[in-house]
Order: sequence, then C-alpha cells, then structure tokens
Amino acid sequence: MPHIIVENLVKTFQIAQRQPGVWGALRGVMHRNYRQITALDGISFTIEPGELIGYIGPNGAGKSTTVKVLSGILVPDSGRCEILGRVPWKERIAHVAQIGVVFGQRTQLWWDLPVIESFDLLRDIYRVDHHQYAQTRDEMIAILNLESLLDIPVRQLSLGQRMRCDLAAALIHRPSILFLDEPTIGLDVVSKLAVRDFIKRLNQERDVTVILTTHDMDDIEALCTRVMVIGQGQILSDGPLENLRARVTTERRLIVDLEGTEDITDPDASVVLRDGHRVHLTFDPDRVATADLIARITAQHPVRDLFVENTPIEEIISRLYAENR
Amino acid sequence: MTNALRLYMHYLSQSIRSQMQYRASFIMLSFGHFLVTGIEFLAIASLFARFKHIQGWALPEVAFLYGLINISFAFADAASRGFDIFGTMVKSGDFDRLLLRPRSTALQLAGHELTLRRIGRLVQGLIVFSWASYTLDIAWSVPKIYLVFIAIFGGACLFIGLMIIQATIAFWTTESLELMNTMTYGGVETAQYPLPIYRTYFRKFFTYIVPLACVNYLPSLAILERGDPLGFPVVLQWVAPLICIIFLIVALQIWKIGVRHYRSTGS
Repeated sequence: MPHIIVENLVKTFQIAQRQPGVWGALRGVMHRNYRQITALDGISFTIEPGELIGYIGPNGAGKSTTVKVLSGILVPDSGRCEILGRVPWKERIAHVAQIGVVFGQRTQLWWDLPVIESFDLLRDIYRVDHHQYAQTRDEMIAILNLESLLDIPVRQLSLGQRMRCDLAAALIHRPSILFLDEPTIGLDVVSKLAVRDFIKRLNQERDVTVILTTHDMDDIEALCTRVMVIGQGQILSDGPLENLRARVTTERRLIVDLEGTEDITDPDASVVLRDGHRVHLTFDPDRVATADLIARITAQHPVRDLFVENTPIEEIISRLYAENR
Repeated sequence: MTNALRLYMHYLSQSIRSQMQYRASFIMLSFGHFLVTGIEFLAIASLFARFKHIQGWALPEVAFLYGLINISFAFADAASRGFDIFGTMVKSGDFDRLLLRPRSTALQLAGHELTLRRIGRLVQGLIVFSWASYTLDIAWSVPKIYLVFIAIFGGACLFIGLMIIQATIAFWTTESLELMNTMTYGGVETAQYPLPIYRTYFRKFFTYIVPLACVNYLPSLAILERGDPLGFPVVLQWVAPLICIIFLIVALQIWKIGVRHYRSTGS
C-alpha cells in the first residue's frame, strides 16, 4: 500500500496584474486584471513507504506548490491525492499530525524561546504523551548532538545549529512522512554532512518516507534512491538517478593525466577540456566499450593516471529543462 | 476543549517569558502606554470643566463609561496581538506554518502573544473606573458586581471579534485596514460617551451591528440606576453583554471562511 498517491493534480493561481504608476495603482483598486498561472499541470506519482525521494526543478516549476498541496495547506483545483489513506486538504488536522515538514529558509521554532521550550510547546501542540515525548526528545538530542544548544534562544543559534534543532522539532511527534524543503541551503560543509547523515539514518533505521526538495545536487547524489524532476508544472522524469542520466545522455567522461602535453586523438572520443597534463574526453559507452577506449589510449600515450566519471548531474538536469522548454 | 485551553495557557506562559527577556523595554512601553491613554482622559475632563454636563451625564458618570470600555479593550488588545500582526504573517508566508500544525489556526494566533505592555491602558482604565465608582458612591451589590464582570468580558469578546474580522480581511487584501480601526479604536472613543448623544443611525449601528452599547451603555444604566431615554427593556441591561459572545462566535465563523479562501487561492 503506497504512502502517497497523487493523480492528475492541477493547481492554478490568479495573479493580479499591477499597472505601473500612481494612476495604475489607483485603477487597480477599482478594477484588476488577472493572469492565470498553472503551477501544477496534472502531476501523478506514487510513493511507497520508506522511499527517499529527491524532488527537483527550477524555481517556479511547482515544487513548493506540490509540497503545499501534499501537506494540506493548499486545496488543488482538481485531481486526487491520498496520503496514509487521507485526503490532505479535507482532513487537515488529522493529516498534519502524521507528517513532518522542515523549511530550510524558515524556522518553526519560537524565536525568543530556548530550544528545549520550543520542543515542549510542540509536545502540547501535537498531543504527544509524556513518556513517548521524553524518549523521542532524548534520542533526537543524542543523534543530532543538541545537548549544548538546548538552553539557547533560537535567535542566537547559527544556521547549522538551527537546522539541526528544526529537524528534531519536526520529528517530536514521530511522523511517518517527512517533507524537507531545501534543508541544506546556506549551510557550511560540516553542517551539510551532518544533516545529510541524519536524513539517511532516519530513512534507513526508522523507515521514514522522505521527500526532499533541493537545489544542491550533492544532496541528491548522496541520499536519493529516486529522483522526480518537475518543470512547468509537469513531471519531466521520475525514476532512479541512473535512469535519469541514461534518459538524457549516455555520455561519460574519461579524464586522463598524461606524462607529456601532447594531443589525444581517437575516433570514438572527443576532447572537451585541456588543462596542462590533464585531458577531459567524452565518449558514448554504446559505441565504444570503456575498457577498449582506455586500452587504446594507454597504448598510444604514456599515462600517469586516469578515471571515468558520469556526466555531472547539474548538466543532466539543465539539459532536461532545455529539452522541455 | 480542556486540551486546547491547556495549550493556550502554555502559549501564554511562554509568551510572558519571552517578553520578560526585555524587561526594561516592557516597563518603558507600559508606562508610555499608560501616559498616552491617560492624556485621552484628561482631554475629556477638560471638556467637562467647561460644559459640566452632556445630556444629563456629568464627568464621573462619563468616567465610568470610559473606565469600563478601556478595561475591556486593554484585555482584548493584549490577547489579540496575533490577529493584529496577521497581515504581515500572510505576506511573509508564516501563516503556512500554522496550517502545518494539527490545531485550529485561531487558537494558534490567539496564543501568539499576550501583549503585556497593554497593562498601561488597563491600569489607567482601572484608576478612572475606581475614581468614578468612588465619586458616584455606587451602592455595590452582588448583581452589580456580576454585571461589571460580564460587561468587561463581553466587551473583550466584542473587540477580539472585531480584530478577528479585521485580520480576516487580510486574506483578501493587505491594503485599507484603516476601516476596521474605526471600529476598534473608534468604538472605544464612541463608547466613552452616553449613547443618546449620537444620531439615530449611528446608535443603531453600534447597538445592532457592532453591539457596543450592550457592553457599556446598557449595563452602566443598571449599575448607575439611571433611566433610559432610549427605552430599551430593563432586562436587556442585565444580559446584553452576553450578546457579544455570539458576536465573537460569528467572527470566528467569518475567520474560517477566510482560511478556506486562503487555502484555495494560496495568497
């Protein structure tokens, strides 16, 4: 039984158009022109329990609208959505008690309160019983290493510290689905790794279904078993990361460090970049076996080192967007 | 219900704690609030120094009306801060956060803050009220004390209801909220004077649509044992404040319509 079923979800917004100038503003009071924007144009997917899904797309593609509909904030124009057997916007209160949501850009903690008191308030808001609360809280404090932060008002925390506290706060009521909206945005490398590691553990050890929106492709590569790409309100691609790569391009990169600085010429590969002793070549593994290409090059040139890389994911995504423009 | 009340108390205790982190600011703001509202009353007093009476009401009696409405408003103003700043909350998207929690949005906004500096107006209202009661030598009895309490409670319900309606408008437009300020602040000013001095349409508006007369003028007649030139039934003087509970309930229903609108338009 899937955790999340989405079928043909459509959501449009009316945007009031403003006229320029003072006269325009005055006219706007009396009469407004509306423009329709289709944020979601019939998206469908299902998510099984325990999946860790990357949900990516450029700004304005419909990512946050999707998250808002799935978390019960927004009512869509049409389409079906069932999460844990409930329609989010029809039973908002019962629904949100089962999910956790973290926004990277916004805290859900109380600005002037010490962290621990925000947790206490959330316990009462979510009606968590005291025994379970104490257990969950202590686990979170241990895993996320929050002990030294508990008495500090949230406004004094660094971004990385705050994000760790926000993650703990979103899990106080033990949700079985977690929505993470750019959880690593603006974080330093150490905090980023800590957050990623935590998300992974949560997913593997507790079987929490995670839907992660991000612009950080390293997040996707480190975490996600499945990637959904949205563009202009439609799902452009949905599947394992490898499939996404394969769909857009089968191309790979061969990076060779030569002894000398001579040129490499090969009928099945082309040089895309030269940097001193290092040469970047691209090739199509369907046309030439990787092992054959390496054998040919090492036979012709003295080679210090070489390695094969997949096309960077940023490049794949941008090609996918370009294709659908 | 008891659970909601418990959560509300929890919210309030945390709100008080966070305000107490800025103690000096709290004291100065409260004192400032006390002075500003105090000047209002001095203006009324100077008016009466010249004219002595308005339609048979002298300064102590007007002070009684003034004290009563200001006490109500101070409570309402302190309790409804969440609704007051609601417009900016919608703009910044912080309102979404409330929708992500398994509680009613009205409860969460009510719990947003108990604005302690409103104690300035409360103290000022209490002083004026006490002076008026003392000067008028009111014969206090249990029914009269009950009436004072329900008048204050009803008044607070009325003003909170008005502020909820004001906040609801922010779902549609973030402009032109001044209109509603004429109901809240304007209502306080209006209620400071006896109802009969106003024109008929104005009286009717503040009796039947925004039932301000029910929490101030009518109960005051009973407490001050004055006749009513407007001829409302006497029994109404004793129960009128409770009508404002209905006003608050209606306001909450309007609020729900606003939330529904927000969730379908997302703006």
